[in-house]
Amino acid sequence: MNVVVIGHVDHGKSTVIGRLLADTDSLPEGKLEMVKENCRRNARPFEYAFLLDALKDEQAQGITIDSARCFFKSDQREYIIIDAPGHIEFLKNMISGAARAESALLVIDANEGVQENSRRHGYLLSMLGINQIAVGVNKMDLVDYDQKTFENIKEEYSEFLKQVGITPKGFIPISAREGDVIMKASENMPWYDGPAVLEMFDSFEKEASAVDKPLRFPVQDVYKFTANNDDRRIFAGRIETGSLNVGDEVVFLPSQKTSKITSIEGFNTEPATVTKAGESTGVTIETQIYVQRGELMCKADDTQAKIGSQFKVNIFWMGRQPMIKNKRYKLKLAGARTPVWLREIVNVLDASNLTTDSNKQQIERHDVAECILETLKPIGFDLTTEISQTGRFVIIDNYEISGGGVILDTVQEKQSRLEEYVAQREINWERSLITTEDRSARHGQKSSLILISGPAGIGKMPLAKKLEQELFNSGRFVYYLGVSNSLMSLDSDQGERDEYLRRLGEVAHLFNDAGVIIIATISDLDDYELEMIETLNQPNDCLVINMGENRFNQRTVDLQLKEDSDQAEAILTIHQLLMAKLYPDDYMI
Amino acid sequence: MDQLRQLEAQSVYIMREAYREFKDLVMLWSIGKDSTVLLWLARKAFFGHVPFPLAHVDTSYKIPAMIEYRDKLALEWNLNMLYGQNTKALKEKKTFPDGAISRIECCTALKSEALKHTLSGEWPRQVLNHTTGQYEEHHNGKPFTGVIVGARADEEGSRSKERYFSPRDKQNDWDVSDQPPELWNQFKTDFAPGTHVRIHPLLDWTELNIWEYIERENIPIIDLYFDQGDGKRYRSLGCYPCTTPVESTAKNVSEIVEELRSGKFSNIAERSGREQDKEDGYGLETLRKDGYM
Repeated sequence: MNVVVIGHVDHGKSTVIGRLLADTDSLPEGKLEMVKENCRRNARPFEYAFLLDALKDEQAQGITIDSARCFFKSDQREYIIIDAPGHIEFLKNMISGAARAESALLVIDANEGVQENSRRHGYLLSMLGINQIAVGVNKMDLVDYDQKTFENIKEEYSEFLKQVGITPKGFIPISAREGDVIMKASENMPWYDGPAVLEMFDSFEKEASAVDKPLRFPVQDVYKFTANNDDRRIFAGRIETGSLNVGDEVVFLPSQKTSKITSIEGFNTEPATVTKAGESTGVTIETQIYVQRGELMCKADDTQAKIGSQFKVNIFWMGRQPMIKNKRYKLKLAGARTPVWLREIVNVLDASNLTTDSNKQQIERHDVAECILETLKPIGFDLTTEISQTGRFVIIDNYEISGGGVILDTVQEKQSRLEEYVAQREINWERSLITTEDRSARHGQKSSLILISGPAGIGKMPLAKKLEQELFNSGRFVYYLGVSNSLMSLDSDQGERDEYLRRLGEVAHLFNDAGVIIIATISDLDDYELEMIETLNQPNDCLVINMGENRFNQRTVDLQLKEDSDQAEAILTIHQLLMAKLYPDDYMI
Repeated sequence: MDQLRQLEAQSVYIMREAYREFKDLVMLWSIGKDSTVLLWLARKAFFGHVPFPLAHVDTSYKIPAMIEYRDKLALEWNLNMLYGQNTKALKEKKTFPDGAISRIECCTALKSEALKHTLSGEWPRQVLNHTTGQYEEHHNGKPFTGVIVGARADEEGSRSKERYFSPRDKQNDWDVSDQPPELWNQFKTDFAPGTHVRIHPLLDWTELNIWEYIERENIPIIDLYFDQGDGKRYRSLGCYPCTTPVESTAKNVSEIVEELRSGKFSNIAERSGREQDKEDGYGLETLRKDGYM
């Protein structure tokens, strides 16, 4: 059981944990003595918090900087206790700590009462999906163990928790320094008859098993290790929810390709026929389909995840720079990584007092915002209320994880960023006096983009060059865009690749507008990337010639060539295609 | 799933995440029980393969049996093995106890410095040739940008603050107060040029978990950990001038598990035999900030 202890700065979180460790005899021999000795050497009074705040910086400043973890056992089970910092500066550390927890103890100083971060942390717990929460009202010794003080705080904070949708498991009056109501009831507070802190922890329940939900298997990677003649192609990843059996029909999202599970792979284990939520596993499938890492595997006959590129989310922002519109960020959701943009801010919430502001134009550090995001390509996802594991994500800004969020809802997809851009481009385009028809008549051809796709390294480029030469020699106005291959071979990550494809679409559009037939080759093109290029190249046509393994799913290609087809023959077939599609006049004759 | 299976699944997940995101990835193998479990987990993650090199920092003060064991497994498991060394400090005898320097200074020179420059490729790397069984000196190696390390949170205070993916800047510095957030198993896998990331798949494991897993998986472990009949064994392996064996008659893995679970060591810190931790109250934190693992 992972329990996070949180609360406002100086309300005594680390002291509570230090006390729990000491009183349950969970400290390694010598640890207590060592910390006491350090205190003596530095002439400081010993505090239980020092057991955790073992780092120099922390002891110097007297506050918790990071989420330290420690381990202890009750009579019933083992615990990992996470000590999360209460200082606003370290909110991202608090979130890192809390995101690992299954339950929480929120500590409030009886003397100071409910403070800004007591509320902010409470809200973030609800957003992180942690709903087993107990509240410890600490430092009761400083208020003479006064029941009234305790009841007032209980009333005020219960009201707040209710607003954020949390029903606490209980409020406990404690004094961590004196050890009251940590392990058992205290005679200092005879008026309290509820459980002590440790008893409360023992009553927390493990989260309901994820196994019973529909299968969600994010493909973390696809392996083909060839050493020792290993010929397995393994789809590796951790099953988030559900279970998977050999023989199951599966579908990958967003490509929507389908196949069947052939085997469940492992190392130093008996061969398995079933694998379940929580397991890091690997499978092989029956058909040789091309599936990219980042896709989400679901069962064909069960509730599948959603596919989309726009969704309504709740984000909390931790970045140094505010989150703004029209800036490219990176989104990581389960196995998927994709460029993402902030399209619209619905409202921004101040989590310390729950007031909202619907006029904000950017999301500042520590803000929680409801907004609409748009990804470059569609991804597979769930709503956080349905399957939280695949309904939450982080946002990367300038190499840093700067935001975390949950998907609240799908949205009626509006015009995409790209469509918006193309529409704007058309409006701003100064048309010349020569029409497309004039150009077409002059060159005796309909300008178009000929895309040669297929797996890498199977001779697309030589074919493209030969095709250009043939067309040129037969009098066509043609250009082979050779820059594609040098750029594509860079093994570029997703980010560079989409920028490259965007440029290719723009360049093709210019050439096509000038009446030229453009030839380009792209490896591993998928449905969504092709759609992007076609959108940019509007209103001109794209002809897709695929060599070898066909990696499209929805899109039918204009021509399919065998991987090892004879070049001269291939060119002849392409010629026939072009006759029909691009040279209407010749065809008529 | 029991606890060991959960720990295993998380470590495997982290390792696959590292392999996916870092092109120049290396795993540190100290020959000790933790990094040997780490190595075993890599074979789990990649279905019998270890698709990245393993690096060892040879201080030359390692117990000789450790080097033998390293090379035996490297050949047997077909590992891409390399090691680095601070040859200058060794030549000038700026080491403990021969030179007039402290244990911590010795660690800094032989471990931290050697590691830093071996990872960056500035110092030569000794790479195992599987045909000859010998090491060959390689120069101008590419810097590693992802370094998988076997640190555990329960070892000592500063390690309990580590992230699974922990960035180090150009100076190898670790800024404890400004660490990246980690949530929902999304880690910091994007990094600026010139920086690198340490990856800690074993962060959640305890010493007991390590031994229970060794027992369950039957992982071959160096026999220095076992009592050879003189009533002594090593609980933690390091350089011989600074590592003392503990009094124990545990002769095999299951006896060690028993000893840790309910026996004499159930309440004594593991690194109690490591002298450099004691020099000031913050020995390991000082070393870690400077690049120590």
